[in-house]
Amino acid sequence: MRYEAPLSVEDAVAALAGQSGAHVLAGGTDLLVKLRSEMIEPEVIVDIKRIDGMKDIRAEEGGWRIGAAVSGAEMSEHEALVADWPGVVEAAGLIGSTQVQGRATLAGNLCNASPAADSVPAMVAAGAVARIVGPNGTRDLAVIDVPQGPGKTALEPGEFIASILLPARGQRSGDAYLRFIPRTEMDIAVVGCGISLSLDEEDRVTAARVSLGAVGPKVMLVEKAAEAIKRRVLDEAALDDLAAACSKAATPIDDKRGTVDFRRHVAGVLARRAAVIAVNRAKGDTA
Amino acid sequence: MALDDTKKTRDFKVVGTRPDRPDGIDKVTGRARFGADMVLPGMLTGRILRSPHAHARIKRIDTSKAEALSGVKAVVTRADFGEVPADVADVMDNCMAGDKALYDGHAVAAVAASSPAVARKALKLIEVEYEVLPHVTDVDEAIKPDAPVLHEGRQQETVPGGMSANVIARSEFGHGDIEVGLKQADRVVERSYRTAATHQGYIEPHACLATMGPDGKADLWVCTQGHYMVRNTCAAILGMEQGQLRVTASEIGGGFGGKTVVFLEPVALMLARKSGRPVKMVMSRSEVLRATGPTSSTSIDVKIGMTKEGRITAGFAELRYQGGAYPGSPVDMGAMSGFAPYDLENVKTVGWDVVTNRPKAAAYRAPGAPMAAFAIESAIDEAARGFGLDPLEVRLMNGADEGTKASYGPTYPAIGLKATLEAAKSHPHWSAPLGENQGRGVACGFWFNFGGDTCVSLNITPDGTVTVSEGNPDIGGSRASMTMMAAEELGIPYDQVRTIIADTGSLGQNEVTDGSRVTFAVGLATIKAARAAKTEMCRRAAMVWGIDEEAVEWEDGAARPAGPNAGKFPPMTLKEIAAIASNTGGPIAGHHEVNAEGAGVSFATHMVDVELDPDTGSTKILRYTVFQDAGKAVHPSYVEGQFQGGAVQGIGWALNEEYIYGKDGILQNAGFLDYRIPVASDLPMIDTVILEIPNPGHPYGVRGVGETSIVPPLAAIANAVSAAAGVRMTQLPMSPPRVLAALQAQADG
Amino acid sequence: MSQIHVTTKINGDETEFLCEPEDTLLDVLRDRLGLTGTKEGCGTGDCGACSVAVDGRLVCSCLMLGAEAEGREVATIEGMAKGDQLHPLQRKFIEMAALQCGICTPGILVAAQSLLERNPDPSEEEVRYWLAGNLCRCTGYDKIIRAVMETAADMRRAS
Repeated sequence: MRYEAPLSVEDAVAALAGQSGAHVLAGGTDLLVKLRSEMIEPEVIVDIKRIDGMKDIRAEEGGWRIGAAVSGAEMSEHEALVADWPGVVEAAGLIGSTQVQGRATLAGNLCNASPAADSVPAMVAAGAVARIVGPNGTRDLAVIDVPQGPGKTALEPGEFIASILLPARGQRSGDAYLRFIPRTEMDIAVVGCGISLSLDEEDRVTAARVSLGAVGPKVMLVEKAAEAIKRRVLDEAALDDLAAACSKAATPIDDKRGTVDFRRHVAGVLARRAAVIAVNRAKGDTA
Repeated sequence: MALDDTKKTRDFKVVGTRPDRPDGIDKVTGRARFGADMVLPGMLTGRILRSPHAHARIKRIDTSKAEALSGVKAVVTRADFGEVPADVADVMDNCMAGDKALYDGHAVAAVAASSPAVARKALKLIEVEYEVLPHVTDVDEAIKPDAPVLHEGRQQETVPGGMSANVIARSEFGHGDIEVGLKQADRVVERSYRTAATHQGYIEPHACLATMGPDGKADLWVCTQGHYMVRNTCAAILGMEQGQLRVTASEIGGGFGGKTVVFLEPVALMLARKSGRPVKMVMSRSEVLRATGPTSSTSIDVKIGMTKEGRITAGFAELRYQGGAYPGSPVDMGAMSGFAPYDLENVKTVGWDVVTNRPKAAAYRAPGAPMAAFAIESAIDEAARGFGLDPLEVRLMNGADEGTKASYGPTYPAIGLKATLEAAKSHPHWSAPLGENQGRGVACGFWFNFGGDTCVSLNITPDGTVTVSEGNPDIGGSRASMTMMAAEELGIPYDQVRTIIADTGSLGQNEVTDGSRVTFAVGLATIKAARAAKTEMCRRAAMVWGIDEEAVEWEDGAARPAGPNAGKFPPMTLKEIAAIASNTGGPIAGHHEVNAEGAGVSFATHMVDVELDPDTGSTKILRYTVFQDAGKAVHPSYVEGQFQGGAVQGIGWALNEEYIYGKDGILQNAGFLDYRIPVASDLPMIDTVILEIPNPGHPYGVRGVGETSIVPPLAAIANAVSAAAGVRMTQLPMSPPRVLAALQAQADG
Repeated sequence: MSQIHVTTKINGDETEFLCEPEDTLLDVLRDRLGLTGTKEGCGTGDCGACSVAVDGRLVCSCLMLGAEAEGREVATIEGMAKGDQLHPLQRKFIEMAALQCGICTPGILVAAQSLLERNPDPSEEEVRYWLAGNLCRCTGYDKIIRAVMETAADMRRAS
């Protein structure tokens, strides 16, 4: 195995090119676990942290471009980003421990392609877009389209994610992400739910994106759940419909972390709770 | 000499205070050397190849390709060990599989190589041909007559004919007549309970470093709860004389019973023997979970008869414990301990020891007792609540006391059960209000406490300081406790004594650090060793003064004439006696060797408040109080620490921890990610109340405190969750999906 | 396989080492530099026993390659005391019996120090969540949390 730490995107692409056993290292919190357990035996590890811009959080078109090597801790220390996308930042902040927060990244969480990845439902709800670089240049791909199944992504050989764009946060809009875990920390999501929505002056939902994690082979955008609350004030009846739509959309499995019935039910519970937080944020509550 | 063994109350000067622990600075600075921290020149890395199957016949192992790899210095399989004595045969087979691999993770071969990378590569070059066999991991499935069989010919005569060969033994305890008692009851609660296997979860993986010369003399550095046990077991397996193997215990990063047996050590010694080089072996976390000794999973039926006043007229329990791949689950301990807190006329327990395709169970803090207490204390709670009775009053009404004939046989001397119950009753926790979705539970717990073989050597240095050598790895602060007891007895300051854990070449046999025995037994031996040294120092003073040694007594760190008739001499301090020791007969020491008896049983009552999230089934521990009898708390902070640590392990066991096996018999959660031990944010502070009902078997009244604290929590939490949920929880862990399902079933009527 | 030459700063000292590409920072600290105060409890970032600070940021050294330490500053438990002067957290942990076996203690001290550097007045909940990635199996955390809170109070009074 070789270790390379290129200083430019071009050098990184070159280092990755033609290497079937090439792996990108950003925060490393998934990669090193796989390395240790011999799940992967790379020819080369390409550390992208020294490439210019990879550690940057930059304003762009009213939104935020987050470099692939920006850690969760760095995001949560960025006040303007937190103000715009608290749900995404909190979701990233739920990944692992304080220690893991010091390293883990949005891009890495996305590329790991776990259906239970905490930040992915939040990014999907936010309508985030991944900027992908590779031998054939640069392309943008919606975050929802990056995971293709457990451990599988839409990235071509030699490609890697250079940054994530969180779009402009509109007026009277807010987002939230909640997950269920058996303990209070340190677990993988049994169910995760991200919601981003906008309200009109009468507090009716004008736009919404609802996503679920850990209830299918990949994170899903639940359009029927969004439809269920659009043009409505989020009263109990609307929340019930939202919860029902999420429970119905969930296609979970029984495993060591939860049962089918439990996940279906809790998908609805979390959607309801996350929606309340998102609405409060849209109304200007900063809590 | 005035050495009053019977004086029950004395004014302690050191015992009962809270000095800094002697190993403290090493442990906060990173200097303390644990199992994996030792290196030797020329050291090799040892690694183990493990079975990927739950049950398989090993038809062939070809190690030739591994042996041919550059950097590989030795490869070991079961064949290298040959025949071993019968009493260590199962231990041997658990360390290295014989004809069959009996569980996922069972060791089948090992290598020693020049680097970890070479060792990893070598393992991949070992070819093992398996014939995969049907397996069974569940205790109730393993009992069925058509279950896959692990061992033929191991069933004991106590087992009735016609049962699966997986049922190894049956035991029975109790007295009176259950049927008569049940007839006297106004209500009978009959329930079945199940508990999952849990792991001790010590943070330090097993590690050792072995060397052996061509003359057969060997040294072993190891993290263990008992290096004398390691010596004896390894010597037997390797065909060595015990005296030729010197074992030194490292600092130990937690054990809780899991480090009372060997796993790596005989293999490391064999690799060292074959390679002629030092070999270090360190387990990964997944190896720890797959292949060391978790506790049993259990299936328990309980029948309790109670009068409407709350008197228990009959108590019956049938307990089935799977102990993994070899005989010896702790079911007997469960069967003996479950009803031990109560004074019952009619009580009976039946235990079944069952083997399954899981790693062999090792001890885990009060082995066998928490599961039995979970079942029995749940049933008592249900019966009491059924009559609307106060669960503490019911326990007080039925509680064991001095003179009670215990359910497992003996008659109790002075015990502290009722003191813990009374303390619980009068504690503000018991009367604090509860909110919506909240519930409060209580439960009692018992542990036997052990004594056992113990040696202590206490030496007076020429400058009049004191060293204590003892043979039990310090797992919870015992060096501090020994130092305190030696200082107390000698009448000198704490910081004038240093206690060390001696290697196996320095003392006689010592039982492992288990059974909450150390503060009691090693403390007892330390006190006796100090008394022997005092006797000698009095003799030296008498010699100097020219009076009879009977006319000298020891008080406040000095020899003094005993009474006016002995003559008028100024006291001679320990320092002064030490300074002239060479001229009065030579060095001064005291030692004591004993198979300690009179450990004194221990009882606790736990009280817990929980809050349920009715939408997710999630349980939050709001408040927790431990009431336990310590006999005499030598170092109260460390006693509190034992109470708190045991309670929290019990919380984990009750709510989230479990071994999860797939249909393929493979362990699915062999890591701290999904083997979910409590984290700091899961918990409130754990309040403690230390009761002190002196143990008549110890000069200072000390009882062991380490294990009892894990016995009540499972039941206390189950009782609290059941109260909050309005539905009786009978299966552990009470994970959110399980609680939610129970709530929904309740709602559906 | 060729080794990588790394220049870094560990506990304030310029340090050079050679490591294999797959060596973690934890492997390097323990096996190449003899800094065995940093412990391995899991190797997967789930227990926190290997906690160190890199450029002032708390991380698990088992989840970082040794090669990544090039040009960084690493702080381990061995650098926490200044000579024979223990850090207030170290003193308080001994005084309040906030350790039993001691295997998790270095990681917890490093993590707690990192917390107090950022937040000199943490609530109990903040301490518990900050330390959630540091498993302790002996103490039930009670005395650890109390020791961190008391140290914070002492340090606030002293500053």
